[in-house]
Amino acid sequence: MADVILEMANITKTFPGVKALDQVNFQVEKGEIHFLVGENGAGKSTLMKVLSGVYPYGNYEGDIIYEGKVQQFNKIQDSVNVGIAIIYQELALFPDLSVYENIYMGNEVKDGGIINWNQTIVKAKEMLQKVNLKVNPETLIKDLGVGKQQLVEIAKALSKQVKLLILDEPTAALNEDDSENLLELIKELKKQGITCIMISHKLKEVAAIADKATILRDGQTIITLDAKKGEIDEPTIIRHMVGREMNQIYPERANRNIGDTVLELINWSAYDTQLGRAVVKDANLHLKRGEIIGIAGLMGAGRTELALSMFGNPKSYKLMGSMALNGQAQNFKHTSDAIKAGMAYVTEDRKGNGLFLLNTITKNVSASKLSGIAHNGIINTNEEIKVAEHYKNSLHIKASSIEQLVGKLSGGNQQKVSLGKWLFAGPNILILDEPTRGIDVGAKFEIYSVMNTLIEKGMSIIMISSELGEILGMSDRIYVMAEGKITGELDRQEADQEKVMALATK
Amino acid sequence: MNLLKETSHLIKDNIRDYGMYIALVAIMITFNVMTSGTFMSSRNISNLLDASGYIAVLAVGMTLVIVIRHIDLSVGYVAGFLGAIAAILLMQQGLSVWLVIPIILVLGIVIGLMNGFLIAQLGIPAFVASLAGMLIFRGALLQVTEGTGTIIVQDDIFNAIGNGYLPAIKYFYNRHVLTLIIGAVGVVLYIFSELKNRHDKSKYNFDVISMPIFLIKLVFVSAIIAYITWILAGYNGISWTLVIVLLVTMVYHFITNKTVLGRQVYAVGSNPEAAHLSGINVKNVTYMVMGSMSMLAALSGILYTSRLQSATTTAGMLFELDAIAAAYVGGVSSAGGVGKVTGAIIGAIVMASLTNGMNLLGVGISYQYMIRGGVLAGAVIFDVITRKRGK
Repeated sequence: MADVILEMANITKTFPGVKALDQVNFQVEKGEIHFLVGENGAGKSTLMKVLSGVYPYGNYEGDIIYEGKVQQFNKIQDSVNVGIAIIYQELALFPDLSVYENIYMGNEVKDGGIINWNQTIVKAKEMLQKVNLKVNPETLIKDLGVGKQQLVEIAKALSKQVKLLILDEPTAALNEDDSENLLELIKELKKQGITCIMISHKLKEVAAIADKATILRDGQTIITLDAKKGEIDEPTIIRHMVGREMNQIYPERANRNIGDTVLELINWSAYDTQLGRAVVKDANLHLKRGEIIGIAGLMGAGRTELALSMFGNPKSYKLMGSMALNGQAQNFKHTSDAIKAGMAYVTEDRKGNGLFLLNTITKNVSASKLSGIAHNGIINTNEEIKVAEHYKNSLHIKASSIEQLVGKLSGGNQQKVSLGKWLFAGPNILILDEPTRGIDVGAKFEIYSVMNTLIEKGMSIIMISSELGEILGMSDRIYVMAEGKITGELDRQEADQEKVMALATK
Repeated sequence: MNLLKETSHLIKDNIRDYGMYIALVAIMITFNVMTSGTFMSSRNISNLLDASGYIAVLAVGMTLVIVIRHIDLSVGYVAGFLGAIAAILLMQQGLSVWLVIPIILVLGIVIGLMNGFLIAQLGIPAFVASLAGMLIFRGALLQVTEGTGTIIVQDDIFNAIGNGYLPAIKYFYNRHVLTLIIGAVGVVLYIFSELKNRHDKSKYNFDVISMPIFLIKLVFVSAIIAYITWILAGYNGISWTLVIVLLVTMVYHFITNKTVLGRQVYAVGSNPEAAHLSGINVKNVTYMVMGSMSMLAALSGILYTSRLQSATTTAGMLFELDAIAAAYVGGVSSAGGVGKVTGAIIGAIVMASLTNGMNLLGVGISYQYMIRGGVLAGAVIFDVITRKRGK
């Protein structure tokens, strides 16, 4: 079967400062189930966005050859018109509309410009049958579970005569049964001649149903494995996923002085009432004085949720289990309680919820401990300036002055401001969520050095990171998470890339 | 040459801050020329400032409400209702004015905390919550004035708030001496604070404007303060209304710039999520800001009732929209986190100047509304454009 439906040749896509895709070649044959596998940031989603026209023609280099023709998609609608449909992990449904309205949204069944609702319902029923979903088409989307919503998305794609269906981590939010169902459906669609590209972190699924699997790493195609040749199995995939050279240098730590346990979680669970599912499940974890623990895992593993649930629970999850600081049980009502107890959390999304971009460095640094620069509620500006100057110098923040707006700094310097803001709060336990995401190598090294200095002073650090190198290079112990569970704990000596990845894809 | 360059740079970089001052000066000069000097006459300026007092205090509170990304539509009728309650307490209950004023202000705070409860605790959009408040207090105002109609206030002390002036002590060439003294003290304080500010900044090696520009700025602003006091001194001097507005401005300016609470207000406005994660209690901040808003609405009600020397059934109508307009003209940003108390005062004066100037020129009321609407739209467009360019 050499009937190629899609070929992406030498695709290169650059974002300011980063090469997200570098000469990627990717070939899909008609009627196959083709998996795209890789670490976070390997370029899977970017590649699919190029394919579906999210990044318009001319925005990338290379060719997309679909059904034998070079395609130039300028917008998403162009790719939809030729039968390509993409279903994102975050479903794009309207929760307050019914199933049939959703299926035909943007593709309405019309008689001379007027919507024929009866016809719509009849057609929607056919589509629902195709995906084996037995619900009344008049049900509202919000009353369906995530698994069924996913099927509605697929029905929507089918209604547009889809030939190439792309699913971005379709089973990430599903339970076992729903995942099982979905995979069955994909196999069923394959029989009907629909080609399917799936992005997945669950290697078991890949091994179970893939015809082919292409592995991306750092924006490059590593290899395409073929099931017929017996090439697809978990260890092989992991080997190709992680085979990165460890050339990043991590600063030496002078001495490891690991003390008593400062934080302990026992059977810790967090239930997100808005999503309607548990985001952290039965986590057991401890952190000692002067220790860095790394929390590894792939996107959506529940690492940030774990951090938030510990740090005063700003998302109001329902919490179960116990958390103790220095042996004392804690029940934080607000983030301010966590800060008072000596915790600090440097967020993953520094622009979104970490910093006040329209404010100066000075005002950002003081924000998490205004009491530290105020007497009786009145701010001592001189004191504040001294504090800001101190962190600007000690963290080497490059800015014209501390009066510069944080929004105008580079990513690395913003991260340092974020760090400074939390160091000023004087924590014993510092949670760093993706501390070096999107910043250059020099700034990374500086942040690692700061981490080491802090540890030597007796602080404890929880570092959440998607970068395996960083996890292995900096941590004393590593916890690996997958689907809200801690799937394993590795010691510094025993950990390597394969072991971490195997736990993360469990 | 260098001086010109620096000036143009300075204006370009700070156009958002200076824009409304430039607009105000332009408006004043234009009206003064068109009315051949009547606009800037002592009597007119004095009236203009006194007549904008009750909107100015509302605009101060509204600025903070908008900074934390909310809105309060109820303030107009809260002012009207509490003004009427003040009149009733004074005239029908016979309470002393020194008791009535604190009672009214406390009632204002209570109303504000109720708004805060709806918005912060129950999560009702501020627009809807305060729209409900607007209807309720409109009804309440009618209810309390229904029996008697307009309530005439005959209390000299209370009426002096809206109509009285500081005593002159003495006249000097027909000028009000106390006003001149206050103006002189104002100029000295201004120069002193600028010098201290500059000294502090150079101590930390921050960029400061060059000496000639600094001197020009000092002379220019001092001249404006001196000129305005000179004008005011030519009529009845500084009114009690102006004293109250200046006090409110100073207190709020201090709170927003120098206190932890003020910092928290701007933090919540600029990024509520980051504020929460920084340990700031977003709910409490919302309560404080809504409470302060309604307290200022109560003050506005006192100023208005006192100025009219009576409580009427329609008092407070559209105050909220004037206050919102003044806040936006004064540079508050609808995206939250940006806006100054001093800006709100300037915004209120800009809007009052427009009305006053057009009245002097005999512009029809229909055109007046259109022009004021245009100015409001222009101010917000200006804000959006300069913000985009800033990025």
